[in-house]
Amino acid sequence: MQLYTSGGCVIEVKEISKRFEEIVVLDHVSFTVPEAKLVVILGPSGTGKTVLLKSIIGLSAVDEGEVIIDGQSVQKSDRNQIYELRQKIGFVFQGTALFDSMNVRENVALPLVEHSSASTREIREKVSRILEIVGLPGKESMYPRALSGGMKRLVSIARALSLDPKYLFYDEPTTGLDPVMKDRIVKLIVNLRKDYRKSGVVVTHDLETARAIGDILYMLKNGRIAQLDKIGKEYYG
Amino acid sequence: MNLFSSITDYTGFLIRSVFIPWRLAKTRSMILDQVFDVGIRSLPLILVIATFVGLVSTVQTLYQIVGSGTVPKYILGYTVGRMVLIELGPVLTALMVSGRCASSMAAEIGTMRVTEQIDALEVMAVDPYRFLCLPRIIGTFIAVPILTIIAEFDALLFGAAYANYFLGVPFSVFNYGLIHFFFPRDFFGGLIKTLFFSVVIATSGCYFGFRVKGGAREVGHAATRAVVTASILVLILDFLVALIVFS
Repeated sequence: MQLYTSGGCVIEVKEISKRFEEIVVLDHVSFTVPEAKLVVILGPSGTGKTVLLKSIIGLSAVDEGEVIIDGQSVQKSDRNQIYELRQKIGFVFQGTALFDSMNVRENVALPLVEHSSASTREIREKVSRILEIVGLPGKESMYPRALSGGMKRLVSIARALSLDPKYLFYDEPTTGLDPVMKDRIVKLIVNLRKDYRKSGVVVTHDLETARAIGDILYMLKNGRIAQLDKIGKEYYG
Repeated sequence: MNLFSSITDYTGFLIRSVFIPWRLAKTRSMILDQVFDVGIRSLPLILVIATFVGLVSTVQTLYQIVGSGTVPKYILGYTVGRMVLIELGPVLTALMVSGRCASSMAAEIGTMRVTEQIDALEVMAVDPYRFLCLPRIIGTFIAVPILTIIAEFDALLFGAAYANYFLGVPFSVFNYGLIHFFFPRDFFGGLIKTLFFSVVIATSGCYFGFRVKGGAREVGHAATRAVVTASILVLILDFLVALIVFS
């Protein structure tokens, strides 16, 4: 199995550690994400996968180590630099984090409204295109409360795509979904990587999902990370 | 958190929320939403409160001062006018808006915090202080003084009407006391107070919402703390501004 080094890598996680009081959640975790590849971090619930994902994009502070994205240190960047960097990042939250007071169109359009000078019409057209990509055409005027869990997840992916980001991060993208919706989201994630060359990191506890979407698999357990082969041998073997 | 660090944290939060690029082109519609939410939606409540404030002030003033028969009846307009313009109008409006809006701001932002919507804003490179706090602070800053003026007008109108129809004090007499002893300082001093009140109302709502950690229970606590803190700060500021403007 190929072990990637930092050459040609777009995201480098270097020795990051994080503890909550006495509990060590991340213990000198290091890995890299090559261009147009998806890295999957596997691990049981409660092992700190979400903390790791949030640490990578600077949402959660780390005690030690740093993350380099596009040659820029997340931990050493000021607020403006981080905000500039985050415009290249799309993030899909486990709980979707859609804005309840906004409909689907407004949710997906928000990053465009904030960061582009496109006209209202152009934004509407782009939102419709993105919703077609994720398989939700015609749902623009629906509110999150009227959507199923799977549809919310798709809207969340659509919102993550709205600025055409270089990197995508997914937090448990298939958890709690029925097999049909799960399959749909797995195919979407694979297509986004293949067709649109989005690099990224996915955290999940689902080995089946990890195998289906991941180019490189790691396992996080007791704060330490280890690379797995494609069948997850080191973890489940 | 002790009192000193709480005050420091609260002040830091206010500065962080206001002293940022406002980007008015993007924020304007959210500010208008807040003016509508704080101003228009609070109006029915404020009108009801103001009406009864005007009625009670008139009845009490007549009973305590004018009723003795040794004081001319135009003193009713003078006393009710100054009471409403200096104190009752601004303070009661602020307390009502605190109860209605600080709690809803804390609950809304607190829910956004626990459902990761604020994290989502951060990830989308949208400053949550500009997106959530700044419009609420500016919106309240615009709406509360306007609400106060409406409340004062309403209280005086109903006070004068009650005096005319039920207490035998004609409009002309009431108005004589109101207008001939009108000091602009009373009116503008009261309005200056509302500017301070509006800032603490919105800041309390946003601050306690932002600081929520946990779930629904903590959101409820945040809403309660926001109202209690805003109400106490309104009364403290009322005293401080009174010392500066009216002493």
